[in-house]
Amino acid sequence: MRLTCKDAGRLISEGLDRKLSLPQRAALRLHLAFCDACTRVNAQFRFMRRAAARYPGPDRDGES
Amino acid sequence: MPGDKTLEFETHRPALLKFAMLQLRNQAQAEDAVQETLIAAIQGAKNFGGKSSVRTWLVGILKHKIVDLIRRSSREQPLDLQDAETSLEDFDVLYKEDGHYVSMPAEWGDPEKALSQRKFFETLERCLQGLPKNTARVFMMREVLGIETGEICKELAITATNCWVLLYRARMGLRVCLEERWFSTDA
Repeated sequence: MRLTCKDAGRLISEGLDRKLSLPQRAALRLHLAFCDACTRVNAQFRFMRRAAARYPGPDRDGES
Repeated sequence: MPGDKTLEFETHRPALLKFAMLQLRNQAQAEDAVQETLIAAIQGAKNFGGKSSVRTWLVGILKHKIVDLIRRSSREQPLDLQDAETSLEDFDVLYKEDGHYVSMPAEWGDPEKALSQRKFFETLERCLQGLPKNTARVFMMREVLGIETGEICKELAITATNCWVLLYRARMGLRVCLEERWFSTDA
């Protein structure tokens, strides 16, 4: 299975919500190994998860 | 002194109410959740370890109350899904015909430092408010309240596929919004 960036984006997102199948995971890993754009998107989606979990954030700058 | 704590917790009421309204979109329910949170906080004040800020601690309690409320009122508010929110055609503009990105997603630098900045969360909030209603709701249930996808589908009476599509739409939308409004200016 050869992924486009469009396919990869959906799989990156779905992978945060369910366990992907083995072929899906393999295809995604392969795509990410060669694609800087999707590697960034992957990191960004994961960062947004951490950010949303902390929402509404600190009431003063620098607090946790 | 318990009285001091009560007063201190009380100062957070407006922020808590705003948070609850965003998740529940129902004034009466939001007020109930906040009231229960403040009562629980006063009763459990000795459990507050001071590791996080008071507000973070209160929001943690409030999240549990909101999840309880969502569970209790399940099926009373099934999602009214419009086709536009479950289609992905409008995202085609992000990609070239060969499936690559039209514009390269930006390098966000060290995004972690944004997490200690108030302004970042204000930007995140504006980006969330810019999402279609149901898309934002499902994203917040998943990522802010931490509910599993399977349960979200059940509570909102939508299919798993629609759930994943909404979450994907939310993440893509937020990604583009944060890139425009935060990471292009600050980082």
